[in-house]
Amino acid sequence: MSILLNKDSKLVVQGLTGQAGSFHAQQCIEYGSKVVAGVTPGKGGTTHLNVPVFDTVADAVKLAGADVSLIFVPPPFAADSILEAADAGIRLIICITEGIPVLDMAKVHRALRQHAAAGHPVRLVGPNCPGVITPGQCKAGIMPGYIHKAGPIGVVSRSGTLTYEAVWQLTSRGLGQSTVVGIGGDPLPGTSFTDVLELFQGDADTQAVVMIGEIGGGAEEEAARFIKDKMTKPVYSFIAGSTAPPGRRMGHAGAIIEGGAGTHGSKVEALKAAGVVMVENLSAIGESVAERELVTRRN
Amino acid sequence: MKLLEYEAKDLFRARGIPTAPTGGVIKKAAQINGALKRAGRGPWVLKAQVLVGGRGKAGGVQIAKTPKEAREKAKFILGLKLVTHQSHGQAVPVKELLIDRAVDIEREMYVSVAMDRAKACPIVIASAEGGMEIEELAKTRPEAILKLPIDPGVGLLDYQARSLAFKMKVPAPLLGTFVKFAKSLVKLYLDMDASLVEVNPLVVTKKGELLALDGKVLIEDNALYRHPEFAKRGDLEASALEKEAKKVGLNFIALDGDIGCLVNGAGLAMATMDSVKLAGGSPANFLDVGGGANAEQVTRAFQIILKDAKVRAILVNIFGGIMKCTTIAEGVLAAAKRVKLKVPLVVRLEGTKVEEGKEILAKSGLAMIQADSLWDAAQKAVRAAKSVDANGAKRMAVAS
Repeated sequence: MSILLNKDSKLVVQGLTGQAGSFHAQQCIEYGSKVVAGVTPGKGGTTHLNVPVFDTVADAVKLAGADVSLIFVPPPFAADSILEAADAGIRLIICITEGIPVLDMAKVHRALRQHAAAGHPVRLVGPNCPGVITPGQCKAGIMPGYIHKAGPIGVVSRSGTLTYEAVWQLTSRGLGQSTVVGIGGDPLPGTSFTDVLELFQGDADTQAVVMIGEIGGGAEEEAARFIKDKMTKPVYSFIAGSTAPPGRRMGHAGAIIEGGAGTHGSKVEALKAAGVVMVENLSAIGESVAERELVTRRN
Repeated sequence: MKLLEYEAKDLFRARGIPTAPTGGVIKKAAQINGALKRAGRGPWVLKAQVLVGGRGKAGGVQIAKTPKEAREKAKFILGLKLVTHQSHGQAVPVKELLIDRAVDIEREMYVSVAMDRAKACPIVIASAEGGMEIEELAKTRPEAILKLPIDPGVGLLDYQARSLAFKMKVPAPLLGTFVKFAKSLVKLYLDMDASLVEVNPLVVTKKGELLALDGKVLIEDNALYRHPEFAKRGDLEASALEKEAKKVGLNFIALDGDIGCLVNGAGLAMATMDSVKLAGGSPANFLDVGGGANAEQVTRAFQIILKDAKVRAILVNIFGGIMKCTTIAEGVLAAAKRVKLKVPLVVRLEGTKVEEGKEILAKSGLAMIQADSLWDAAQKAVRAAKSVDANGAKRMAVAS
């Protein structure tokens, strides 16, 4: 098992014929992901990277059997692409696009809540994220595939390169990953830490979870409450931004300390209180997990 | 992007939200007479137009009863460099002064619209008690704060605005005025793609008017493309260096320390700063060079970092994902040669073809210190920065 993606996932890439879409779809195909369709309005009926291109996501679902969407559409049009995928019946939408206006995302959230209320729950991962990978089975995102290895550690993170760093440390110590989920650095992510922790808790192949957070918002504090109440698997965590000045956006739209809330201290304290193993030094993530989890596995 | 008070209040008035009668903004004390005339008879309030909070306590807001007093105070405020509890030790020069007519205040209230990250929708935050900072009120009397989620596709409905008015005990004759005010404020938030619209204080005057006496509007950066008039104006908060970095596509924030950081990815850039601190040093900046860490971008990043005279060492931390470490190593080399670095350079590469990348750096003959992990790099950068004396003259260790 794994979460979100497996070897049978059939991807449609929205924005396949664009520069980023082409490059990363090619990488996903080389990794072994099943990219069954692309969508570029006006280019329906053509093929690109040997993949059939459709005008609409609905066609990609109907004619190519796509069940996961990967979005590389520019920010002004990305919210619309998410909603198109949701309406077409896609149940997992992974949006890589960075720079979508927050208000557009608030409207997307509202629409997705209506889908859920109507009995058609849709999971959105991102935006502004590296995507999702289940090592050895399916890569739907922009992460370098080779740093991953199949195994028992679930990883969830708000940052791209920080995830690669953590994954690489795990892989280098022989610890593979069940699934790695980048939830993205925006203020209104489609999927929260808590959502992913719940999935990992229910996944038989996940033995422990690495959670990489950063300053801004209250998602880590919310996750701490979930971990305390519901989680039996060990959780390891690193929070970036102990040196970030308040009131400044640290690259990610969501990484900002506002009105004294969302500080590094508040997150670390909440997670510690929930029994999470806090890693202060980023370079020690792999070691911290290996110390405990490799021993556990041998037993 | 943060707007100045008068820009915010211009937006208010354009949407029918009443403010105090205003004489507009002046840049020189000599311009005061025209402003006083426009505002109407005194007394007047003179308000420094700066983006940092706490200006009142620092002397940036004053009342004048006569034109003579107004001129003197205008001259005084326009010469101020404000250091407030929110300015992080920086002195903010006052370049513009807003002249409003003073009003007799009966009551102060608070209303703002912001994004609730947990609920993923905008909310109105309101309180019958205005004038003080909302964060302060949240700490001392959280029960005095009202929160109302809004549907971003619909805006604020009449009954929602009324319910706020009743809870805030808005005087009965002003009920209709308040409903119109609150709906306009929410509409402004939605139309302008704001991340915050705040009126503090919203006052009831002794004459029974409802006025927005102060205004704060933040436009969300990702939505600036929909508001070209403000996109063109530029970010008033950014330093010259930060603006220059932005122009060339670098995500850069200046800090107080002496170790320049050059990293790919925002999260890793933050974690690099944290590691420097953990190793006993202090980062000079946050810098995310982006995904394509090529020679051009690295050169530009070096140039920006070196414009900060405090920098005594540079730490390059790049995770080569899809871009191979060999390509990155060549880029770093080309950039280092072009820029002629005068401070020690610590480089840590990780990822695809890392061994080959390291070899390219080692064989280059360029003086640089290589590191195996971020922690190793942070420690080496801290040591290197300490080896450079205060005059910036290097006593550089031989590359390890």
